[in-house]
Amino acid sequence: MKQFYAWGAVALIVSASTAGDTLLSHAMKQVGDVAELRRRSGLATVLGCVLRNTSFLLGVSAMATAFYAMLFGLSWADVSFVIPASTSLTFITNAFAAKIFLHERVDRRRWLAALLVAGGVVLLAI
Amino acid sequence: MTFRKYLVLAGVAVFAVTGDSLVSRGMKQVGGISLHRLSSIILVVFRPEIALGVLFLLAFFACYMAALSWADLTYVLPATSISFILLTLVAKFVLHENVSLARWLGVLLISIGVGFVTQGPALTHRPRSDHPLDSAPEPVGARIGR
Repeated sequence: MKQFYAWGAVALIVSASTAGDTLLSHAMKQVGDVAELRRRSGLATVLGCVLRNTSFLLGVSAMATAFYAMLFGLSWADVSFVIPASTSLTFITNAFAAKIFLHERVDRRRWLAALLVAGGVVLLAI
Repeated sequence: MTFRKYLVLAGVAVFAVTGDSLVSRGMKQVGGISLHRLSSIILVVFRPEIALGVLFLLAFFACYMAALSWADLTYVLPATSISFILLTLVAKFVLHENVSLARWLGVLLISIGVGFVTQGPALTHRPRSDHPLDSAPEPVGARIGR
């Protein structure tokens, strides 16, 4: 039963952080290159554009959910299971989400990079 | 990719590692926080080490947002995973921890992954067509200041 809760927490962390990363990326693509915008209109305009963006606010909420799910996950299972499992799976799910929702061109090079980094994260935890 | 953009990506990795390490060290000094005294979790942010860690994490978030404004998510995430490599090097050479062969293999896999992704383009280019549903929407920032 404890293992079921631990995997449930990992599933929640992975879903929430994937949703968070995807929404934040979507928000920043809507805002555009922030360095260029700051040069043209100032820092206050950049902050205004970012903080008024609905995707940004939803993304931050999803990231907060992932953070609290991680805290609960750590109270049910070992840190050596929760952190590497959720971090490595998030690299893979983010690649799927970026392809489906953000219409990014995820070519073989990017799939391979995501898989290598995910595998590397698991090995770091051993 | 310009030098400034590589600096932003390096900032994401360095600020995340420094912020996490400072907060983690600060929390270890504080010890366990009881569920009956949840207010103490607010007060811990006033401890110098944790406050500095939070500042570094804010810098990480600013760099991460800046990177996502000009690069794809599937480029930024693997490229900034050099933070895992940095963390292992800090563990070995600064904290003098024992780093196993499996962890060095993990560092190698991540390094190859970072190398792969940084060789390719940072952003997916979508050609603008006349049909509004086929083309990417114009960024909000592009309309400001015209």
